[in-house]
Amino acid sequence: MASESSEVRLLGKWASPFSNRVDLALKLKGVPYKYSEEDLANKSEDLLKYNPVHKKVPVLVHNGNPLPESLVIVEYIDETWKNNPLLPQDPYERALARFWAKTLDDKILPAIWNACWSDEKGREKAVEEALEALEILQEALKEKRFFGGENIGLVDIAANFIGYWVAILQEIAGLELLTIEKFPKLYKWSQEFANHPVIKDGLPPRDELFAFFKASAKK
Amino acid sequence: MAGANVVLLDFWPSSYGMRVKIALAEKGISYDCKQEDFGAKSSLLLEMNPVHKMIPVLIHNAKPICESLNIVQYIDEAWNHKPSLLPSDPYKRSQARFWGDYIDKNVYNSIKRIWTGKGDQEECKKQFIECLKTLKDELGDKPYFGGEEFGYVDVALVPFTSWFYTVETCGKLSIDEECPKLVAWVKRCMQKESVATALPHPHRIYAFALQYKQTHGVE
Repeated sequence: MASESSEVRLLGKWASPFSNRVDLALKLKGVPYKYSEEDLANKSEDLLKYNPVHKKVPVLVHNGNPLPESLVIVEYIDETWKNNPLLPQDPYERALARFWAKTLDDKILPAIWNACWSDEKGREKAVEEALEALEILQEALKEKRFFGGENIGLVDIAANFIGYWVAILQEIAGLELLTIEKFPKLYKWSQEFANHPVIKDGLPPRDELFAFFKASAKK
Repeated sequence: MAGANVVLLDFWPSSYGMRVKIALAEKGISYDCKQEDFGAKSSLLLEMNPVHKMIPVLIHNAKPICESLNIVQYIDEAWNHKPSLLPSDPYKRSQARFWGDYIDKNVYNSIKRIWTGKGDQEECKKQFIECLKTLKDELGDKPYFGGEEFGYVDVALVPFTSWFYTVETCGKLSIDEECPKLVAWVKRCMQKESVATALPHPHRIYAFALQYKQTHGVE
């Protein structure tokens, strides 16, 4: 069998939470892969070939077959490598997991991102929406250790931005969004998430991420 | 499975609601359809979808499932008899999810901007046609997006075609001229009973659009 047939490649961006979702999924499954860092100001031929529709990262290439869109990729990884399942078996529980992953992308992440990058004028409203979004997410967690239950699941991976990036961005923006006082359960989850043995190794280094976003904030 | 325990909260002009109706019909599932009034959302809707407060919502055995493509996947998994809406191969299944996501992100907004007349109309029309051409390229020479069989991507896209007449009339463009292959695909889909029953007549949609514009002062 040619080595090509089991080749897994990830075209990504180290600072991107979307790209990171795929790193985390592959690491949780123990799948070896080659990583290529993309320069989005200077897109590679491979990126344009593998994601002609959106020209964005992340893109997974498995056996020469490309697949973009982080949540689509994570489900593909879950269905292809069956160890350490990321989605439950029951159709209703699966639908709930997909709903929360999508709600994170459509509603929760944008609200937090907007709050962290808002100007004076829009700040109050943006922060209010971000806090509402975190409240909704905390309610979904209920009393569980992870969104996936006892183990990391699709929603935990989709919420990596909340689990790791928010602490950095809110510090740069001088905001207090995810704090132990305001959201004790969600805050506890973020600590469990970021300290999980596999996840910890898969997240980008905090100092570098801080420096990266701080530099973007100055522009 | 008895029909009494499947309820759909819907709003008849919604393409998202139509997706669910098609999927239910394809699987031969009987259900109770309740129309929502957007001016006054029912307490049932607010209880079943507190996060987004939007239709469609499928309520199965008193448990709500939200987000149209999420519901379609749920229907395919909970009633896993034929016809299957998603392919069995994980890569093809992921490709279907990718295109479902593309349609979600691009089609509704580009249609709405044209019929409400918001934004630079020449730019809106150009984007809409480009989106259709991207989809037409993905269809290629296949009878359906799913290949030989009608499937998930067909379900995701075909409801928006009930809005084509409205877009053509408001936008003064001809989709047949711009994308004849796609129009041929629409006709093929309309031969299926599940689609023909779920889609309102385009003139009814147009009448709805005109009334909406009048009520909301969008002239």
